[in-house]
Amino acid sequence: MLVRGIAALAACVVGAVAVAGEPPPARALQLAHLLRDDCGACHGMTLQGGLGPPLTAAALAGKPAEGLAATVLHGRPGTAMPPWQPFMTQDEAAWLIERLQAGTPPTIPPANALSGR
Amino acid sequence: MLGAGVLAACAAAMPQRGTGDLGVIIERAAGRIQVVETTGMTRLATVDGLGDLSHASVVFSRDGRYAYVFGRDGGLSRVDLLTARITHRVMQAGNSIGGAILQDGSVVAAQNYAPGGIRLFDAATLEPLADIPAIGADGKRSKVVGLVDLPGKRLAASLFESGEIWIIDAADPRHPKIDKLRAGKQPYDALATPDGRWYLAGLFGEDGLALVDLWADPPVARKVLSGYGKSEAALPVYKMPHLRGWAMAQGMAWLPAIGHHEVLIADTANGWKQAGSVPTAGQPVFVMARPDGRQVWVNFAYPDNGTVQVIDTATRKVVRTMQPCKGVLHMEFTPKGEALWLSCRDDNRVEVYDTATFDRLATLPADNPSGIFFTVRAQRFGM
Repeated sequence: MLVRGIAALAACVVGAVAVAGEPPPARALQLAHLLRDDCGACHGMTLQGGLGPPLTAAALAGKPAEGLAATVLHGRPGTAMPPWQPFMTQDEAAWLIERLQAGTPPTIPPANALSGR
Repeated sequence: MLGAGVLAACAAAMPQRGTGDLGVIIERAAGRIQVVETTGMTRLATVDGLGDLSHASVVFSRDGRYAYVFGRDGGLSRVDLLTARITHRVMQAGNSIGGAILQDGSVVAAQNYAPGGIRLFDAATLEPLADIPAIGADGKRSKVVGLVDLPGKRLAASLFESGEIWIIDAADPRHPKIDKLRAGKQPYDALATPDGRWYLAGLFGEDGLALVDLWADPPVARKVLSGYGKSEAALPVYKMPHLRGWAMAQGMAWLPAIGHHEVLIADTANGWKQAGSVPTAGQPVFVMARPDGRQVWVNFAYPDNGTVQVIDTATRKVVRTMQPCKGVLHMEFTPKGEALWLSCRDDNRVEVYDTATFDRLATLPADNPSGIFFTVRAQRFGM
């Protein structure tokens, strides 16, 4: 009962944060490429960090989602983090942050990665 | 067991051959490399099990037979290109981006982000020889960028956070000696010129580059090209330029201008003063000279990474703008530059272009290709 209650609560919380909801599949795949290839240019394709810090759930734990989404959209002056606002909406940034903090960042399906073969 | 059998079969199928036209293509997502040859423009073999190759780079033994593959996950593998086998492999760090091989080919050096530092290994066995933590003047470990080999069995590298350039004498690789120089804010990558005289580090934190004359005794770092692009605001940088894979042509250095849509031209014989610039289609990532120096090929950061431009160094004008594919990540010239190979990450292929006619000569399928490295690098400083 208690477990179910927590699960329901968690669902509510996730639902409340995920104002944007899931992007359409084609757009979600584009965002996955953006995350892995372009964010990944500094943060690593596997998001374990590079010149930029890691984007793992552990690394992002305890950081307010709104602040992280603002960093994605507007960059962070004085660092190498550029603003990604030209390439995604606020809702999409919020969705990426939610997925990163949950430890389930979008991935590029292998079939897609191999499509040229 | 089965894998070993298949590998052995591949090895047996490889005929006796030289290595001067061999190369490696990184398949970044698959953790695999292709062994290719540039004469017939074909794939000879693949080698799996190299770990996370998402920012992998390669240096070669001086005989061109062995590729040292530096994985992002800290894996360092020695691959025999003739048998397409991993001969040695070590996990040497948590997060690594590349390395260098010493002048005499005896020592391989890895540059690491985490833990920040440089490690030296015996090139024949990958036995660890020295561990050099990159603890800067700030007392903290920095990420190491821009590691290159130099004449005199030396290495040079830059420390991102502490803004230093270290010159490392590795003649006795178990007891390396280090000269520490101030570089400037946030060096992000560096190059050594082909003669090994100059070490040049790009600075993210300020306009300009840090230059070291390695013929000076003792070497000192000074700022060059300060304030380039002052007239226009710097743009956001969506991918750090790479300086390795330098472009020296016509006595000039051709360099990516960080935060600007241009290639800078610096006069190396005149104090590295800016001698001009060439407007480009985006922010340059790689600026690479054809071996004869007549052309400089440029690719670009997101969102312009589907474009490649060719600059004629005689007229300093863009003579060709191409859209080869989505996500052009890297380019490599054949040893004498009649052809250029480029990797199309998002389109899962490598394209080969004739550099005289710009015709496409060949297309090789590749899974998320990134770096392309030919064995001709074995005979060059800083590569």
